[in-house]
Amino acid sequence: MAGQSHTAPIAVRVEYFAVLREHVGQSREDVRTTAATVGELYAELDRRHGFPPLGRVKVAVNDEFREWSAPVRDGDLVVFIPPVAGG
Amino acid sequence: MSRFAFSREAIVPEAHRQAVSDPVAGAYASFEGWVRNHNDGRGVQRLEYEGYEALGVKEGEKIVAEACERFPVARARCVHRLGVLDIGDLAVWVGVTAAHRDAAFAACRYIIDEVKTRVPIWKKEHYAEGDSGWINCEIRSADAPAGSAPP
Repeated sequence: MAGQSHTAPIAVRVEYFAVLREHVGQSREDVRTTAATVGELYAELDRRHGFPPLGRVKVAVNDEFREWSAPVRDGDLVVFIPPVAGG
Repeated sequence: MSRFAFSREAIVPEAHRQAVSDPVAGAYASFEGWVRNHNDGRGVQRLEYEGYEALGVKEGEKIVAEACERFPVARARCVHRLGVLDIGDLAVWVGVTAAHRDAAFAACRYIIDEVKTRVPIWKKEHYAEGDSGWINCEIRSADAPAGSAPP
């Protein structure tokens, strides 16, 4: 469920892997944001970093897959997951 | 112990084969994914695997559990390499034991197919020409399907 934006910024940790890690130039960053959902957080960080076009990206919050409409809360660990290629 | 694991060291199939041995098993099927020297018409010199380990182990364990529910197997395991691999290196190993071969083959196939599409692992190929690329991630803007980006 998309909620209203946080009025006061919350603190989240974002971790980057693979192509996103190389693009951003770091494995993690602590972000202060008013984004209400992980989708809004992605859009905000995309504006900041200009992520490359990636096809279908997924998202995890606190090491669980989530929908893009999932809420983002203070202290969350958020990971954006570019298309995978195991095996 | 989780039935899915990441390894930063060379995978030794014999060690994992022992872990799936079971007195009820009349069949053992395994799959090994190796690093090949070409992809999409380009010469490949080495590979690099990166994993989101905390989520990857959970998702991998879930896949092995699904295989054990779908097929009558005795034991199943999967190990995936991380780090820099050379041509011929073992990248992923799957082993399944079952009373009969049909279940062993089917579960082995299920595990490798699901691992490739669901576990957060990324592969970077280093090419003979000196450049490199993340597989499935390097999309030319003309190829990007409309609306595929996050909301």
